[in-house]
Amino acid sequence: MPMNEEFKPKIVAFCCNWCSYAGADLAGSSRLAYPADVKIIRVPCSCRVNPMFILRAFEKGADGVIICGCHPGDCHYSTGNYYARRRMAMLFSMLEYIGIENGRTRVEWVSAAEGVKFSTTMNEFVSKIQSLGKNVRLGDIRCKN
Amino acid sequence: MQELINRAKELLADGTVARVLGWREGDMSYNPEVAYFNSAEELDKFVYNGFCAANLSKYMIEASKLEGKTLVFLKPCDTYSFNQLLKEHRVDREKAYIIGVGCCGKLNVEAIKAMGIKGIQSIEIDDACETLTVKTIYGDKTVAYKDAMLERCHVCKGKEHMVYDELMGESRDTVDAERFAEVEKIEAMSPAEKFAFFQAELSKCIRCNACRNVCPACSCRKCVFDSNKFDSAQKANVDSFEEKMFHIIRAFHVAGRCTDCGECSRVCPQGIPLHLFNRKFIKDINKFYGEFKAGEDAETKGPLTNFTFDDVEPCDAVERG
Repeated sequence: MPMNEEFKPKIVAFCCNWCSYAGADLAGSSRLAYPADVKIIRVPCSCRVNPMFILRAFEKGADGVIICGCHPGDCHYSTGNYYARRRMAMLFSMLEYIGIENGRTRVEWVSAAEGVKFSTTMNEFVSKIQSLGKNVRLGDIRCKN
Repeated sequence: MQELINRAKELLADGTVARVLGWREGDMSYNPEVAYFNSAEELDKFVYNGFCAANLSKYMIEASKLEGKTLVFLKPCDTYSFNQLLKEHRVDREKAYIIGVGCCGKLNVEAIKAMGIKGIQSIEIDDACETLTVKTIYGDKTVAYKDAMLERCHVCKGKEHMVYDELMGESRDTVDAERFAEVEKIEAMSPAEKFAFFQAELSKCIRCNACRNVCPACSCRKCVFDSNKFDSAQKANVDSFEEKMFHIIRAFHVAGRCTDCGECSRVCPQGIPLHLFNRKFIKDINKFYGEFKAGEDAETKGPLTNFTFDDVEPCDAVERG
């Protein structure tokens, strides 16, 4: 089968309100490009991301999910991202265990001053998902793309 | 068994306890059922043998709401679940009178059937717990006790009771397998193989919710799977992912609280090895956040409600896990 040149991945990015969302904003106002395939969902804190959000995103047709939060130690609520870190470590490990390719999920710490990091992270992540291809294992057939 | 009945009768008679929670004869000799006993006469139906595998800790949630104390018989591994429930304030220690009973491994009738033994009428266990005499319509067969044990008993947590008021009976060491061997075997597979493995196992799921209902860690009064707003709630699955969704979510909900009591795998009518999910989480927790045994005590913070400043990053966890 020829490679589908037109494959446009759907990426969901959960960004925390205080650091990463502002980082994305900075990337935008600094005119740093990142792929339009990334759909940002703003959350109050990376700790707000229920593991079910990620599963649900995949179910509804996302090809990759990335969670961005404040750097450890810089959480607006002091400790939220530490809890998120443990939770996501467990969830990602479980997803890998049941046969979901490692790389479809990622956590990255992006501060409000790191517009460049946001843009490079998203570019990297999108190309990683492009190399992995469409998410066929987790999608729900009822959800039309 | 008789000494347990006698002691229960004594405690009922002197008013220490208002009722007894234990097992009574089921319709077959190999499926005793969980039961409450309110009087000495009822206790004549009490049984305790190798088939009394049910973990009674979860029943103590409801028993804690009743008037008076409940006498409950807990095996060593059940006491972990009780401690965990105590930590979560789901059971009341004051409402329980715990007799720690001895355990020499619990039996699984499915393991006997898997040996090709059909038409089982009754099963007798010898006093030393070494051999089983299986009476079938095709004649008697003998099976080694060890070969008919539940999976969880081959990786037994130990014969010490973590919490009790008194102890009765002897326990036996039954460990003869590596606890994480199966998990490691799956981890070594390629993503496609893993996916195929879980697809094959989980597609058997009929969403009867038995695993949830029996699980001592699943003690929420309102469960996400009972919500009609949730995609995986009480209905037939339309695709393979929904089956997985249910099991990933369930395993995640009990991660860090699961004592690996193995009840989920025992009750699954489809024979799905559900402990493989829980044990993966336990393995990861031990590896990344230090050895942790849920239910060992009733005070320590659980690994997912705690953190350290230099925890492993999720992406590294996947590579190292």
